[in-house]
Amino acid sequence: MSSAVREGAPAGALPVRRESSRQWRRMVRIDGWGALLLPLVAFLLLVFVAPLVMTLAKSVTDPTPGLQNYRDLVANPLYLRVLANTFTTALAVTVVTLLLAFPYAYLMTLAGPRWRAVLLAVVLVPFWTSLLVRSFALVLLLRDSGVFNTALMGAGLVDAPVPLIRNLTGVLFGMVQVTLPFAVLPIYATMRTIDRRLVQAAEGLGARPSSAFWRVFVPLTAPGVAAGSLLVFIQALGFYITPTLLGGPKNMMVGELIVQQVSSVLNFGFAAALATVLLVTTFLLLAVASRFVDLRRYVMGRP
Amino acid sequence: MTRLLVRGGLSALALVTGIYLLLPVLVVVPTSFSASSFLKFPPEGLSTRWYQSFVDDPSWMDALSTSARVAVLSSVCSVVLGVLAALGLVRGRFPFRSGVTALVVAPIIVPYVIVGLSVYIAFLRLGLTQTTVGMVLVHTALAVPYVAINVASGLATFDRRLELAAMSLGAGPVATFFRITLPVIAPSVLAGAVFAFITSWDEVVVAIFLSGPDLSTLPVRMWSGVRVQIDPTVAAVSSLSLLATVGVFAGVGAAALARRWVRRHRAPLIVDLQGATS
Amino acid sequence: MTSTDAVTGAPIGIAGVTKRYADSVALDDVTLDVRGGEFLTLLGASGSGKSTLLNIIAGFLEPTEGAVSVDGRDITKVPPHRRGLGMVFQHYALFPHMSVADNVAFPLRRQKVARRDIPGRVRDALAVVQLEHLAGRRPSELSGGQQQRVALARAIVARPRVLLMDEPLGALDKLLREQLQLEIRRLHQELGITFVFVTHDQDEALAMSDRIALLRDGSIVQVGSPQSLYERPNCRYTAEFVGASNLFRGTADGGVLVDEVTGVRLRVPGTGRGAVCVLVRPERMHVGARDVTVPPDCDVAHGIVEDCIYLGSSRRVEVRLTGGRTVVLRTDVPRGGDEVRHGADVTVWWRVDDAAVLADDPAGTADPEPSGVLAAQH
Repeated sequence: MSSAVREGAPAGALPVRRESSRQWRRMVRIDGWGALLLPLVAFLLLVFVAPLVMTLAKSVTDPTPGLQNYRDLVANPLYLRVLANTFTTALAVTVVTLLLAFPYAYLMTLAGPRWRAVLLAVVLVPFWTSLLVRSFALVLLLRDSGVFNTALMGAGLVDAPVPLIRNLTGVLFGMVQVTLPFAVLPIYATMRTIDRRLVQAAEGLGARPSSAFWRVFVPLTAPGVAAGSLLVFIQALGFYITPTLLGGPKNMMVGELIVQQVSSVLNFGFAAALATVLLVTTFLLLAVASRFVDLRRYVMGRP
Repeated sequence: MTRLLVRGGLSALALVTGIYLLLPVLVVVPTSFSASSFLKFPPEGLSTRWYQSFVDDPSWMDALSTSARVAVLSSVCSVVLGVLAALGLVRGRFPFRSGVTALVVAPIIVPYVIVGLSVYIAFLRLGLTQTTVGMVLVHTALAVPYVAINVASGLATFDRRLELAAMSLGAGPVATFFRITLPVIAPSVLAGAVFAFITSWDEVVVAIFLSGPDLSTLPVRMWSGVRVQIDPTVAAVSSLSLLATVGVFAGVGAAALARRWVRRHRAPLIVDLQGATS
Repeated sequence: MTSTDAVTGAPIGIAGVTKRYADSVALDDVTLDVRGGEFLTLLGASGSGKSTLLNIIAGFLEPTEGAVSVDGRDITKVPPHRRGLGMVFQHYALFPHMSVADNVAFPLRRQKVARRDIPGRVRDALAVVQLEHLAGRRPSELSGGQQQRVALARAIVARPRVLLMDEPLGALDKLLREQLQLEIRRLHQELGITFVFVTHDQDEALAMSDRIALLRDGSIVQVGSPQSLYERPNCRYTAEFVGASNLFRGTADGGVLVDEVTGVRLRVPGTGRGAVCVLVRPERMHVGARDVTVPPDCDVAHGIVEDCIYLGSSRRVEVRLTGGRTVVLRTDVPRGGDEVRHGADVTVWWRVDDAAVLADDPAGTADPEPSGVLAAQH
């Protein structure tokens, strides 16, 4: 040792040399690269988090301080029905989405590379086309004078138009389109990692192909199915455009109620209370689910 | 035999699913050329009258220019913020790592209705509702996670020895970033930018809260055209909007193809050096 | 490359350099003077600190203590891009988005070389590595050997006075490696600049270097010419790391050492009392029939041949000495053959002058990994 040990030798293994960091930096342990996060963090805190906090606050301060808004919510059966309807609709959307997504994802694992690319491109179409455009197109398809009913009546199958819109059918039609990719992608990602030899081994051990599929393959897809269901359910809770356009008054979901409270009644406090309920529900679901599923793998479920 | 049946059944189901996903898009375009004032499919007689009504109506044109302006500005802003943040996330040492990561992806998890209500409440006080600035701020927040996530995954596979090499060859930190790091991760930055543009271009819910007589985006104008009674112009605008999205993709794809072509056909001559700017 | 004839190698001074991390010491008070224009190799096992030292010279790492100077100028605080040293990396580090020519032109553009001079200098640099015809290609279209030659051209195009190389041949297969070793040596002679070369491969170090600095656990064990390291190692570690070795160990007394395993008596003139090691290189040992007459200036041992491998120009013989130690010999193959074959009872001898006496190094032996098998440093 040629000289005494210098104090506070830089501990970082950064291969790129940087100016010696100042004392205060060491206190919060942030380096030059980490500092590049500051603009975005500041931006999001101001533009995104601060308004959310203001909204949460407004739910207990507007028009008067206290829990009046939440009391109104609980006391009014109409509002409770909207909340209940939000949950049942989201649940129905989740179930229908899974029923379509599972076989679709399974076919993707069976298909050759070219067909797989086609299937993937098709399922991603909703990602790339405006939700509004697609909802509007569904109105053109499903309304009484729309394509379906014209075709059905033209073929003489029905005498009067079948109501496909302004009811739950219409809502499901519209919402499942949007949520499908969020279920297909995680399920496909999970299926792809399943070792096919396990299924073959089960068949080799005497299981019929169908029971090998149900008893070996399907249980192994559980993480993907769970992640997909959660993402779909959370998404579905917050829908506004599709249920408003394709549903009837009975199908009102909490999103539409929030907009209505702001735009026609100007009841900010109550809208904020509804938003708070929705937000807290979303985060609770995420918090509970993240204990069981590694959601980070699936949130950006793009392959 | 059963296997074939299962496969056939699956394929049929997938076909139905595929049609279900594509059908709306396929219906809108022909409908938009309808000659009647009541949209029908198949259209009775072809005309471009609804395209004409789009072009002639100043409220549509204003909305179009607002949307274009907002989408371009917010994708530029989210690319700048997102690239910086991705560098920080991947290379930085900073406190509250999981909290910061959660904050960066939060805008794509929180329902847009809540975001819309919140910024409406906040911006009302600041006078930012019905302004381009307000719209750009929110759309940047909504789009920036896509940029940050895309670029972060690009950076994660970036070989940092390239930067050391550049420095040993005389490039300072700034030149190294702009001449080596950025060009190498350009594909993920571009992908992020496309995501950001489309996020803003298609976004309705938050925009509804921030729009009004003074300013509204194209999707909001469309919304008011379908909300109560259907304005056939919406079909024309929908078709154009799809075209814009397809155009962005086609443009990006064509640029990539062109670059590859140029690369392949570049004569292996030093003479090239004189013209080439690294 | 007549234009580069004016360039001469700069000397590098490494003075008391220490690199300490939170819980480990990568380099411990290293002092080393690299002469201008020499080919110096930093040799060591993985974790010995050789790459850390190179990265400190390049400026990618800052030493905790100590100073680095080039040509007498202290550059410890100079950022890497202002040091003007060339560097070649193990995995080439070619810029994937630029053509070969643009890669080579990069340092010229950074240093604001006049635009019209760039094509000529790029062509010259590529000519040195015989790759002019690939100027328009992308790095991904080249083989590993071609990529490393482009990296060499890129590192020398700006005429640095020092070229640093971090295991540049580590990613290549054996044949290509030997070919490039020759090419790098030729380059060194042509350019006349200082080369600092990092490797874990002792054969590579012996073949290429003017001098070798052997590192171990962050310290320099020995510095010297390949020949001096091989023939006069200063400790057991060097002896075993550089080349194959036969070691005897015991306590010297009155100029004689009795090997603690075999009981073989070795003459160690001029050595005082104490534990010592004696090294005899395989090619310095001789083997013959049990009853052979041994010259008087030689020490002798007896044993049984365990293995005898014919190598064409020579043969490799393993003899298990009476008492247990196995020695390895490399000898000529006598015309007409001899008694040395598997199982034969033989005599082994060597000149007393050919045995090197080392201080015994109780810290253990060198890493047993054969050269070329060690994992890459990074």
